[in-house]
Amino acid sequence: MQIRAQKLKSGFALIGVFIGVAFLIGAWSIVNGMNTYMTEKFAGTLVGVNTFHLRRSPNVNFDVDDSTWRAWRRRPRIKFTDAEAVAANLTVPVITAWYSEDRGGVEYDGKVAKDITLEGTTERYFDIMNLKIESGRPFSAQESKAGAGVVVLGHDLADKLFGSTNPLDRTVRIHDFPYRVIGVVERQGNLLGISLDKFVVAPALSPIQREVNPPGVVDALIVKAQSPEAMQAAMDEAEATMRSRRHLRPRQENNFVMMTSEGVLEFWNKLSRILYAVGPGLVGVALVVGGIVIMNIMLMAVAERTREIGIRKSLGARRRDILRQFLAESVTIATIGAAFGIGAGIFLSVLLNAATPLPATVSPMSILLGVVVGGGVGVLAGVYPATRAARLDPIVALRQE
Amino acid sequence: MSRAQEFRTGDTPLPDVVILTHKLTRDYDMGSEIVRALRGVDLQIRRNEYVAVMGPSGSGKSTLMNLIGCLDTPTAGEYWLNGQKVSDLVDDELAHIRNKEIGFVFQTFNLLPRASALHNVELPLIYAGISARGRRERAAHALTRVGLGDRMDHKPNELSGGQRQRVAIARALVNDPSILLADEPTGNLDSTTSQEIMGVFGDLHRQGQTVVMVTHEADIAAHAARVVTLRDGLVATDQRKAA
Repeated sequence: MQIRAQKLKSGFALIGVFIGVAFLIGAWSIVNGMNTYMTEKFAGTLVGVNTFHLRRSPNVNFDVDDSTWRAWRRRPRIKFTDAEAVAANLTVPVITAWYSEDRGGVEYDGKVAKDITLEGTTERYFDIMNLKIESGRPFSAQESKAGAGVVVLGHDLADKLFGSTNPLDRTVRIHDFPYRVIGVVERQGNLLGISLDKFVVAPALSPIQREVNPPGVVDALIVKAQSPEAMQAAMDEAEATMRSRRHLRPRQENNFVMMTSEGVLEFWNKLSRILYAVGPGLVGVALVVGGIVIMNIMLMAVAERTREIGIRKSLGARRRDILRQFLAESVTIATIGAAFGIGAGIFLSVLLNAATPLPATVSPMSILLGVVVGGGVGVLAGVYPATRAARLDPIVALRQE
Repeated sequence: MSRAQEFRTGDTPLPDVVILTHKLTRDYDMGSEIVRALRGVDLQIRRNEYVAVMGPSGSGKSTLMNLIGCLDTPTAGEYWLNGQKVSDLVDDELAHIRNKEIGFVFQTFNLLPRASALHNVELPLIYAGISARGRRERAAHALTRVGLGDRMDHKPNELSGGQRQRVAIARALVNDPSILLADEPTGNLDSTTSQEIMGVFGDLHRQGQTVVMVTHEADIAAHAARVVTLRDGLVATDQRKAA
């Protein structure tokens, strides 16, 4: 009854909880969505299953201080000879590929596509990364070994340069060197909003090597095994080969890394731990603010309705009756706020999903939590004003104008 | 003959005595001084009496009214209501007594402005724990009794002053209280409406209701069968009209 009578004030109180709960569900859905995304797609896309990348230093990193980073930069690069030796010494059945990348422009018929990932690899790269060829073919082992001037295009790049014309057997230019297009990879989609289809793949020994790295150097040797155990065995062998080639003493640390999808996930886990810690903090602030708003409004309500409380007390209302009445009001306000907040939170996450590259999925747990937290805020914020109301002296209360 | 019987501490009132105060004292601590509002009031009111309490302002009649209405507790002395010693009860026990034994009628009506007449009358029944259906029936009956059977769904601001006071009277009666306690019931009403409300009080008295009314208007007090006058916190006069 009173809630409807004081629409404006109740509305403000409601908004406090509303924002808190909407934020809770929205923020949670982002972290939740990212989590699913990272574990299911990101790590697999970046590194691959049962695959490790032998590199000079991690390419996915987080919270690295300057001295560590400088130390990484001082490490020797992975050389063609390193990659060959490591691959040759592996006894576990694996497939391997060289990999180097940089960014640059690709030109065809006067049109230039800028900021394309230029990749120099060997022939098994397509198998390892599970890149399916939509039209044409990947390059062969012979072409790879010979450093033939051939390229396979990413889908977006092919669309951009060729439009509706068939790109096969046409010649694109990278830094004035001609390459014959032999295939187009099927669409990969995007990762956190970044297209995965803006790339060219050319043999590592083709002229592209001058674009991506100094002579004789690769970014990574990619090794894919058939099982996690096989991958571990291959990593041990690769480590041994590299340490002996680098003449590292037993106490010296590796001056190279072997990145796995687990390693990438570890990076994500660190990030999500922070998000899970910071998120509830922010939500907490919003809810505390909401709670304080409710408390103030209930205190105002108590002050304004002193006479009503006096009347009720004179008619036989006990302390608990008054307490219950005011608590019920604040809990109702908070719960309605929470309900709207849940609706808005779900809407927000759907919107985020549709309008931004952030993947967001609403977790049922967050809805439950929203209801509980909303009701809880109502109770907590209501207790003090309700207690004040219940303790009013009926004579004083009745005298209030 | 103003006192029915001399009462001593340790006695219990006679069964037909509804209100008994013995050396009832109420001091207010105002910080710098202590105001002695009541200095030992001895008063007995029997069942079905119609008593007006009069006195100039500052005589202690509001204080006495609050004590009789169980809204306040005395500093010293005894107060027996309907055979029960209520002077040493605590807050929630007093709330229960107010609910069961006392029907208040205030000068300013004290109705909940946003609630209908019916809901206002139902309030005491809510705190008595009566079911929703029982409440409705009894509240409707009480409103009919004061002649407002056709105004039950009206809000207070849709009613005249006299009608509002009738709603308040219906609310006071709905729990069948031992006493109807009225504080300046005609203070906010014109003289015609005042006579009307006094008529309602007279009817209720004839039906057996005990009525205690605080007023400073002599012509209103004249409706009562007994007039008690307070002065400086003590009973000054206590006069009964010959029947």
